[in-house]
Amino acid sequence: MRLDPIAAPPLSRQIGLPALALVATLLVAMALALIAGADPLATLGLIAKGAFGSKFAALETLNRATPLIFTGLAVAVAFRAKLWNIGAEAQLYAGAIVAVLLGTGALGAPLVLPVSALAAMLAGALVLLGPVVLKTRLGVDEVVTTLLLNFVMLLFVSYLLEGPMKDPMGMGWPKSPALIKEARLPRIVDGLRLHWGFALALIAAVVVWVIQSRTTLGFEMRAVGQNREAARFAGMPVNVVLVKTALLSGGLAALAGWSEVAGLKGHLSSDLSPGFGYTGIIVAMLALLHPLGVVLSALFVAAIFVGSDSMSRAAGVPTYIADMLLATALLFMVLALMLTRYRVVWK
Amino acid sequence: MSDLFDILLSVSFWAAAIRIASPLIFATMGELICERAGVLNLGIEGIMVIGAFAGWMAVYLGAPLWLGVTAAMAAGMLFGLLHATLTVPFGLSQHVVGLGVTMLATATSYFAYRLALPEVTSPPKVTPFAPMDLPVLSDIPFLGPVLFQQTALTWAALICAGLVGFVLFRTPLGLAVRAAGENPAAVEAQGLSVTGLRMGAVVVGSGLMAVGGSFLTLSAFSSFFFEMVNGRGWICIALVVFGAWRPGKAVLGALLFAAFDALQIRLQQTPLGAHLPYQVFLMAPYLLSILALILMSRRAEVPAALMVPYRKGER
Repeated sequence: MRLDPIAAPPLSRQIGLPALALVATLLVAMALALIAGADPLATLGLIAKGAFGSKFAALETLNRATPLIFTGLAVAVAFRAKLWNIGAEAQLYAGAIVAVLLGTGALGAPLVLPVSALAAMLAGALVLLGPVVLKTRLGVDEVVTTLLLNFVMLLFVSYLLEGPMKDPMGMGWPKSPALIKEARLPRIVDGLRLHWGFALALIAAVVVWVIQSRTTLGFEMRAVGQNREAARFAGMPVNVVLVKTALLSGGLAALAGWSEVAGLKGHLSSDLSPGFGYTGIIVAMLALLHPLGVVLSALFVAAIFVGSDSMSRAAGVPTYIADMLLATALLFMVLALMLTRYRVVWK
Repeated sequence: MSDLFDILLSVSFWAAAIRIASPLIFATMGELICERAGVLNLGIEGIMVIGAFAGWMAVYLGAPLWLGVTAAMAAGMLFGLLHATLTVPFGLSQHVVGLGVTMLATATSYFAYRLALPEVTSPPKVTPFAPMDLPVLSDIPFLGPVLFQQTALTWAALICAGLVGFVLFRTPLGLAVRAAGENPAAVEAQGLSVTGLRMGAVVVGSGLMAVGGSFLTLSAFSSFFFEMVNGRGWICIALVVFGAWRPGKAVLGALLFAAFDALQIRLQQTPLGAHLPYQVFLMAPYLLSILALILMSRRAEVPAALMVPYRKGER
């Protein structure tokens, strides 16, 4: 088997293969439903209905997509520069901690929301700064360090919630005190359960897109990602670019945690994120690392999660079908993307 | 301070260190084989999960313990084959594929577990490997309980490490595998297939990772529960770096690491444990792994072609 590069891939190939990857994922979904003893088509229908079938369901999907847009952007920004930030989970919790730290009375309106958002971004950026400095200074692989820091951060959150940040009125549950009203993100429309975090996530996607496509930093990030040695040879400060990328990426991931606390939950608990940081990797890859695509793919991923939860209650197929499908979609998608640029020659 | 000495002189501490090291030794050897052949396998965490699950499930369904270990290995090899196919002939990003395999293997385990046992509140138990009771040897003071009252799977881990070392450094096959990770063009020039060598290494390595996972359910604990692997796979990747890609050093690293882990568990029971939150102790293994990476960063001898996909005829 050999791979021959295709000089100018036709549009049909560029659209057809990723579409085929999604179709293949749906086929896997149907096979899994069959294994679980459910009707394949009905299962797909129940997932779609659970995600979009009612106003409540659709709002739930949008709420679930909010942290995923932030972590998806965080991963997309980093991966574009080939900075392997697998630590979005830790950075998310850093942002959540700051939301509680500043949102429980330390600051009042109107300062508390903007200040705590910026402080959260700073905290997330700092969490990623350590691994990146280790990488640029000592050549320590950032994949493993960022992964390991996720576990450290979760334990730190657990310590905070059982110690200094414990809610004295929490009946012994490890959770933080509730945020004051002024520190909460208001709902976009009165009466609808959707908070301003979603709008902020959309704005963040546009800002990242502008940074990537219209600024020198964006150009440098792409150049460093495409060929680090060539970028260095061209006189680019590669390490500085990597640090800037890390600050942006960590800051974005932190906003996920910040908006979950300030917008949705109103307090911090150690189950705040069911792996939003890791799922951000899938979101970013399905979006082909494009910031605006991240919004769409976050909606898709959120719909699979929300829809599967609801389908599982109705049809009895385990809810982990969602995680299986998304991992499958990720692998199919990277394969499809490679095949848009290379032709497989069997001989 | 006397507490520390009491711990370090106790039989149970050293026995625990070797027990804790066993799954790490299996998985570290697995990762080492992959990386020596030039493939970073980030599927390790999920492959350990599927190994823990498949081994446990087989025994729960009535298979003998060793058949359970075999089932774990087969499941690991299957996911290894998926990883190898995508990263070697197709040359896809080893980072993305590895994380994808980890997610898929983990989700598959959880899905299958829930499918088989929809409504369990406390995880069912199986009868795990019993500690060996060797005549004479087990009765030696200190050494007996530390070394000869471990389970057969612990011994298998040590033997496996020896075998990996022997095959990699003393046989033509090992030379070819290492060359595939250092200078694949030279391997191809010898008429050997880089693709075959790398795929074989990833499949075999993944099998060992899964056996490491099955140690958790079939020797250390007796049931399968979610998040039981808990970052051990990532720690093993750090151990490979710490061991400078050498099996002997990696085993020493795993033992050292396990000793610290056994120590932190015991320190929690001492007056020191009353002063510090228990989370500080639980953080130690992860922080220690990061420290190991930092210490070795200057002198690690990374396989030259690690993470470089090989395409025939390309330079």
